[in-house]
Amino acid sequence: MSVEVRLPTLLRPHVGGQSVVTADGATVGEVLSDLVARFPGLQGQLVTEAGDLHRFVNVYVNDDDVRYMDKLDTKVGEGDTVSILPAVAGGA
Amino acid sequence: MLRLTSDAYRRLIGHCYDGLPLEACGLLGGHPAAASALVCYPARNVAGSARVYTVDPGDHLRADRDAESRGMEIIGVFHSHTHTEAYPSPTDVRQAPDPGWHYVIVSLRDVPSLRSFRIVDGNIEEEPVVVAG
Repeated sequence: MSVEVRLPTLLRPHVGGQSVVTADGATVGEVLSDLVARFPGLQGQLVTEAGDLHRFVNVYVNDDDVRYMDKLDTKVGEGDTVSILPAVAGGA
Repeated sequence: MLRLTSDAYRRLIGHCYDGLPLEACGLLGGHPAAASALVCYPARNVAGSARVYTVDPGDHLRADRDAESRGMEIIGVFHSHTHTEAYPSPTDVRQAPDPGWHYVIVSLRDVPSLRSFRIVDGNIEEEPVVVAG
């Protein structure tokens, strides 16, 4: 299964400056693993050593935040778009 | 330097007041090379706190798509400090995701005070803000 993955500005240097790449997998976790295998600079940027989604990124399948779905087990299908954005937070 | 349109400036300040007593937050869309913010995207603070903020991830995705459809990018984030000066807190610095972004802080402690910063490798550098157009 091949899906389109949209990357934030911050991660584009790790994928040759592209904003959109394609990756293979049947779940979000498989798609991210495929990305890291092809672009090793992404290692540690998306998934923690414990195998969880990194808290500094938000990942979406189409319009839906995967944290409110099945996280890395969220299924993806042909034609889906996976978007990655930085998690934006701070405080006083 | 950060350039803000007067429309974006008004929306930004208005959203900060609307959020009281909690911290308010949102994103800025524009052109990174010109450091010009043309669109203010108010976002929900899913932290629901007067001390910290987290931009609603869904609002961020919608803002990102809208900016892209206009040939722009998200170039920064803003949030309010309800009771402290408009200067990045240690939490702001630690969680700043993108060294290319403009970090705008609005203090509502007295009259509204808007300042903008670049945060690179933990170092804070204030930049001038111009409201025009």
